Amino acid sequence: MVSLEEKLLNPIKTFGKGGRLLMVVLLFFIALGFSAWIRQLISGLCVTGMNKPVLWGVYITNFVFFVGISHAGTFISAILRILHAEWRRPLTRAAEAVTVFSLPFAAVSIVADLGRPGRILNVIRYARIQSPILWDVTCIGIYLLSSVIFFYLALLPDIAICRDKLTDVSKFKRWLYRKLSFGWQAMPEKQKKLEKGMAVFLTVLVVTVHTVVAWIFGMTVQPGWRTTIIGPYFLVGAIFSGVATVIIISAILRKLYHLEDILKPIHFNNLGKLLLVLSLFWFYFTFTEYLSAFYWNDPMEMSVVKEKFFGDYARLFWFMVISCFVIPLFILVNPKTRTITGTVIVSMFVNVGMWLERFLVIIPTLSQPRLPYSRGIYHPTWVEWSITLACFSGLILLYLIFAKLFPVISIWEMKEGKEKAIQEVTERYKSYHPEV
Amino acid sequence: MEEKILSRKEFLRLAGLGVATLAVSSLPKKVYAYKEKKKNRKFRFVMVIDLRRCVGCHSCSIACKVENNVPLELNRDDRKIFWNQVFFKEEGAYPYVKEKIFNRPCFHCDNHPCVNVCPTGATYHDEEKGLVLQRYERCIGCRYCALACPYGVRYFNWKKPDYGGRKEALNPDVETRYKGIIEKCTFCIHRLERVIEKAEKEGRNIKDEELHYLPACVQTCMSKARHFGDLNDPESTVSKLVRSGRAYRLLEDLGTEPNVYYLKEA
Repeated sequence: MVSLEEKLLNPIKTFGKGGRLLMVVLLFFIALGFSAWIRQLISGLCVTGMNKPVLWGVYITNFVFFVGISHAGTFISAILRILHAEWRRPLTRAAEAVTVFSLPFAAVSIVADLGRPGRILNVIRYARIQSPILWDVTCIGIYLLSSVIFFYLALLPDIAICRDKLTDVSKFKRWLYRKLSFGWQAMPEKQKKLEKGMAVFLTVLVVTVHTVVAWIFGMTVQPGWRTTIIGPYFLVGAIFSGVATVIIISAILRKLYHLEDILKPIHFNNLGKLLLVLSLFWFYFTFTEYLSAFYWNDPMEMSVVKEKFFGDYARLFWFMVISCFVIPLFILVNPKTRTITGTVIVSMFVNVGMWLERFLVIIPTLSQPRLPYSRGIYHPTWVEWSITLACFSGLILLYLIFAKLFPVISIWEMKEGKEKAIQEVTERYKSYHPEV
Repeated sequence: MEEKILSRKEFLRLAGLGVATLAVSSLPKKVYAYKEKKKNRKFRFVMVIDLRRCVGCHSCSIACKVENNVPLELNRDDRKIFWNQVFFKEEGAYPYVKEKIFNRPCFHCDNHPCVNVCPTGATYHDEEKGLVLQRYERCIGCRYCALACPYGVRYFNWKKPDYGGRKEALNPDVETRYKGIIEKCTFCIHRLERVIEKAEKEGRNIKDEELHYLPACVQTCMSKARHFGDLNDPESTVSKLVRSGRAYRLLEDLGTEPNVYYLKEA
């Protein structure tokens, strides 16, 4: 029987053929996206499918989507940590990594969308507090910085374990562990306190960040965006797609690293329940949104609703409803199908559906402007798809590199759970039921 | 009883809190006052477009393109730029079909959704003249202003502007643009500034006649469908037209306070 530590450290030592091949493929996609971006820089944004009146397209969809899945990490890690949910322990690291690695691609998507990316610093140089874009830059900047700190703090004890235990790995890795662990020794109380403080701070940020992202749309007077629930609606969607992403990644890690005795069906079962609740929330918001628009019968709002329900985007819209609500509901309600395979299938549908949801928030509104003189349907071009593919490949690549350098499951948290969890839970129970 | 003395830290904290509360509570009032003040500016340049007189000849569009160095690009289907555009829309069923003609420059709103959202101040509101203008050198090309504009008057340079054989015939008074930035109608500010300067030099107010044919689109209009002037002068042509019962503004319920008035066809 291999110990937990060995089990988690072993995959770091080697880098198999499959991993190398995947890396090459990912690098190829990134190179493709980069060349597409160069092409776009040379000829201008006319190489994309964007035009008047659909001035924003896949890039902004990707931006909102990446910020959305980044909420997974913080939500699972920070909120479950505050709530002392014991089953979080093997999931925190995998979830936090999603946050840290997806946010940079949100920024990349924005840069790809700009007409003059060289002037991006003007946003800070000539900052205008009135502009929702500045709110966004501020929020996401703080979010990225603090989630990196949070991630690093939780990683620190494990880097120290790597430094002490992995003495037969390459020179570069040994140097990396030595430098990054900063001579870390034991687990002082201070770090625990800081971690908790950071967790609270991040939970606040989760709410603000995605609300502000939604306000980019919500602060304009355009039909379909001019709704007060857009902030919470986006937030629920973000956590929804984030949890789905964590399920997919955990399942992949479980399979590849043979972590069957660490990531057990109960974890997927619990995540599945969470996903079901979020799916219901998401449907509740969607329903309210369209019911009120439908009932008001405001012609501007209606033209957007019609476009989504019966128009050019109807197929995408109904596919979104099925994959974000109907499929999760039927698979996740039944405990028999709330298995690992079941939750993974649902998660895939949810992620596709949530990407479409972002797309459908942005494009139908733009294609139905108030004045009936310019109309158009949006078809993304190969440039946009290549850059999208490159962003997703980049996310996977960063994850792959991370998984080959550090343990993907938090060793110290698992150990802590083994040693202290039962005692802690008993004490907690006794604190409000002293008679037992 | 124990005497309570504030420590310096506590005192500073309380004072800071008090100042912050005051500052925040006075903010809405200040914003409101600022919005009111903007209306009492020196000039209120408005354009009046008489839809009954418009024949849909497109000459305002073309005159604007020539005056403001907007590429003509007549043979290309999409991604054209029009600072001023004429639209047609069929209405009714046979035999009572009618083609409605509609044309629009930028509306130069007093409550400008585009200026509010601009992250860099590339789009700004000229306080004295009340025009919404663009600083091309600051624009990062995020197109947020074009999205926020409910009238869709902002145009993005999707590619390098193609002047064709016009290189030598460009208007030296107007800056040429390049790919990746937003541009829009300026009410021919270069002509307007000349008139204002001249009046200032001579120490007098601007005469209404000086403004009558000022922007290129107004000057070229063959049916006198367009009028330009200062609404602050109650005797100006535009003031008289705006006072008439036919005047209305587009999408007025959005509260954008546009400075272009239309005269109803009937």
